[in-house]
Amino acid sequence: MRPDTLFQRITDYANRADPYPLYAELRENGVTRQTDGGYLVGTYQEIAELLHDPRISSDIGNRTDPDEDILRRPDPPAFIGVDDPEHDRLRRITMRPFGPPHSPGRIDALRADITRITDDLIGSFRDKDRIDVVDDFAYPLPVTVICRLLGVPFEDVPLIRAWTNAIIASFDFAPEKDDRDHQERLRAGMEARIAMAEYLGGLADTRRDRPTDDMLSALVNDAGPDGRLTREELKSTATLLLIAGHETTVNLIANGALTLLRLPQALRLLRDRPELMPNAVEELLRYEPPVHMLPQRTPLTDIEVAGVTIPKGARLILMLASGNRDPLRFKDPDHFDPTREDNQHFGFGSGVHNCFGAPLARVEAQIALSALVPHLAGLRPAEDPPPYRRSALLRGPRHLVIERA
Amino acid sequence: MSGERRDGRIVIVGASLAGLRAAETLREEGFGGTLTLVGDEPRPPYDRPPLSKQVLLGRVRAQDVGLPGRRDVDARWRLGVAAVGLDPIGKQVLLADGERLPFDRLLIATGTRARPWPNPEEAALDGVMTLRTADDAARLAERLDAGPRRVLVIGAGFTGSEIASACRERGFEVTVAERGPSPLVGALGGALGALAATVQRAHGVDLRCGVTVTSLRGRDGRLIGAEFSDGSRIEADIAVVALGAVRNTEWLADAGLAAGPRGVACDAGCRAFNMYGIVTDDVFVAGDVARFPHPLFEYQILALEHWGNAVAQAEVAAHNMVSPGPCRRPHLTVPAFWSSQFGLNIKSVGVPTFSDQVVVAQGSLRERRLVAVYGYRGRVTAAVGVNRAKWLGYYQGLIETAAPFPPRPGAADPPASGVPVPSDVPSPQTLSHGPTVALTGHVPDRRLTLVRHD
Ligand SMILES: Cc1cc2nc3c(=O)[nH]c(=O)nc-3n(C[C@H](O)[C@H](O)[C@H](O)COP(=O)(O)OP(=O)(O)OC[C@H]3O[C@@H](n4cnc5c(N)ncnc54)[C@H](O)[C@@H]3O)c2cc1C
Ligand code: HEM
Repeated sequence: MRPDTLFQRITDYANRADPYPLYAELRENGVTRQTDGGYLVGTYQEIAELLHDPRISSDIGNRTDPDEDILRRPDPPAFIGVDDPEHDRLRRITMRPFGPPHSPGRIDALRADITRITDDLIGSFRDKDRIDVVDDFAYPLPVTVICRLLGVPFEDVPLIRAWTNAIIASFDFAPEKDDRDHQERLRAGMEARIAMAEYLGGLADTRRDRPTDDMLSALVNDAGPDGRLTREELKSTATLLLIAGHETTVNLIANGALTLLRLPQALRLLRDRPELMPNAVEELLRYEPPVHMLPQRTPLTDIEVAGVTIPKGARLILMLASGNRDPLRFKDPDHFDPTREDNQHFGFGSGVHNCFGAPLARVEAQIALSALVPHLAGLRPAEDPPPYRRSALLRGPRHLVIERA
Repeated sequence: MSGERRDGRIVIVGASLAGLRAAETLREEGFGGTLTLVGDEPRPPYDRPPLSKQVLLGRVRAQDVGLPGRRDVDARWRLGVAAVGLDPIGKQVLLADGERLPFDRLLIATGTRARPWPNPEEAALDGVMTLRTADDAARLAERLDAGPRRVLVIGAGFTGSEIASACRERGFEVTVAERGPSPLVGALGGALGALAATVQRAHGVDLRCGVTVTSLRGRDGRLIGAEFSDGSRIEADIAVVALGAVRNTEWLADAGLAAGPRGVACDAGCRAFNMYGIVTDDVFVAGDVARFPHPLFEYQILALEHWGNAVAQAEVAAHNMVSPGPCRRPHLTVPAFWSSQFGLNIKSVGVPTFSDQVVVAQGSLRERRLVAVYGYRGRVTAAVGVNRAKWLGYYQGLIETAAPFPPRPGAADPPASGVPVPSDVPSPQTLSHGPTVALTGHVPDRRLTLVRHD
């Protein structure tokens, strides 16, 4: 069957390499209702308003028609899927060992580690003529960093990888509800999530009263003004951090490498002016964001968006990557400009659920891409476009093989 | 035309937040003429909000709150000398040391000073202080380091309440005296004022509302205590007078401008009015000293003592000083300020005192976690977040679009009741602390006398 709704075309794997023309169509059409009852929003202004609107829920329990999504929901859900006031409480407790004001030095302390891991990875492929940027570089870095941050022992990293792969593969939209493979992926994703949560819960238990210098230890041992997470809350929070904390960063680094290989001018600019890298990473988050959409939102009451009433309980999908290319907001939106100044992109979302790990993700991407830039000259992708991952939500290359031109 | 406006001589009087930001914006916008900043404080511009917070907690020293510059302003700095007069015809600013500074355009950014204790003898007692400048903060911090037995805070507006909070956090006994019915009531109205009272008491403040301090008692030149209008007395070795601010406009007494105790009136483009209500084109105003009409609040003339307003207004004033008529911008920013005290993070957008009703839109007073939305005649005019600043962007949108009040329900973390109540904003006369937003009305400060310059 030919996919027909815009959303089906966007999620259709055939359009993964270049969904941007579809986003232009979406912005042109305004807020559109899909035949399955979902509403797509792709314009900057409207997305910004919805992300700051307290009447928009992140808890899919508020859907009138909770489809199979509800099955994926861990119990209790992690704070990415929870509303105020619980969201605020959980996020605050989790922030305590991660960032300011209580732990202002945590991310800076990881800098040296990130640099060393990056250098080791680069060293291991420096002399090769062919490397896979994803497998040899973009993947190992974030997973090692997030494991170190949380306190997952190095030898368990492969375990984490396998679980994460299964979970991410289940973040997908079935073209048809009775798609067998899809059901299978959902089941495997759920199992992986349970196993990962159990593993992390057990790990945290070993840290109780025997703290090491990592976030899990801090989360089980230290209590701030809001108290501590329960064991169940801790399990789902740690699972969230592990998953949210690495797949996205992989894609950012891989998308970055691909973008620079495609645009030699930008590559040259960054080689000559390395101080532009922080700005270039922001531009990358706008131009090729790892998270293309937020499919979890639901209005708590009927709301009007750009003249369209979206009913309470409807499935609301915010197309972040489309907002990032909205010509009403960004000058020359399809141009990658590492010197762009006015750049309030949606790469990390916005509003109360904005990315918790953004400061870490920024540091990782800046260090990784800065280290990569000097090695990219004279290389080209073996295939362009490269093969993409399945997911339309977390979009990035599955492999990015590069070789001497 | 535009070339002319980008050179010439600009003088800025008041070298603090508004003055510095204006100077930076002038240069950013290509002003290539000579720029002079006059400030009566000897220090380079510094930031005041930390003075009642981190400095009193001993986390930051009073001399370390310098304002970071955004860019080089290439200006002549006349610090440590006050402007004492303005000659509007000869276009000169007169300085206390006798210097006359000619200008083509002038920015008035002289802000406010702390309202002093009305009895000069009592005010002179050792231990009686105010808090407006870095020197004030340094003196107060030093006294606190010495471990006072009891601190009396007179006036429970934002500054007074923040001082009380810092003192309690450091374990000192604190008495707060407020003439009005509760702390913060002048800025936030009755409901949040009552919350502030509960919170202060829960933090161990000896809070006395509805009373005034009738005298400060001294012995050998040192403060030893105070007496209240209800006949009670306390012993105290420090009294911080936090009775609000006085606008620094005395130096403009003979300048023919619409300047007086309520500030210098200007239009939406920050151009000062003269005493006849005619707008000038070479004298601009920004920051705490300005009062200006705001379209979102029925063109009422507002005087705001807000950090964010000082910055935004300075930027607009500077832009307009170097831009020809059609390129000028109005100062329309929605007022906003924040305060942190007693573990509460309070943030306000809009003008809460411009209201007749208030409703808790999200959260709850009991949990000290809420958004209160204020309305005036059925329109949203303000919102205040208590430990809930993150949603305020949404409510700011409601203020900007004059959305109907009360806002429709449906927001996350819904309140138990959601029924609007009167906002109970008292008239400023009944408060110890001045409100930090004043609706100063449409009328000029003084009766007009015709003055002829010929
Ligand atoms: C203790 C404290 C805490 C605060 N906390 C907050 C807060 O949490 N949030 C918030 O939004 N706002 C806060 N504010 C208010 C904020 O600091 C002011 O809004 C801001 O400083 C206004 O800047 P301004 O440049 O307009 O005026 P000012 O900072 O008052 O500067 C005016 C300057 O002009 C000088 N001057 C006056 N007369 C003359 C003259 N004749 N000649 C030469 N120079 C002159 C003054 O000495 C002063 O240096 C706080 C203020 C204080 C005092
Ligand atoms: C380039 C890398 C990353 C990108 C592009 C990214 C993107 C995002 C986006 C768009 C959201 C918003 C989700 C929503 O609104 O529903 C989000 C939330 C979140 N991210 Fe990231 N992220 C990245 C890296 C990280 C890292 C390294 C961590 C952990 C250390 C992390 C942890 C989280 C968490 C916990 C949330 C949920 C926040 C909340 O609901 O309050 N992310 N991220």
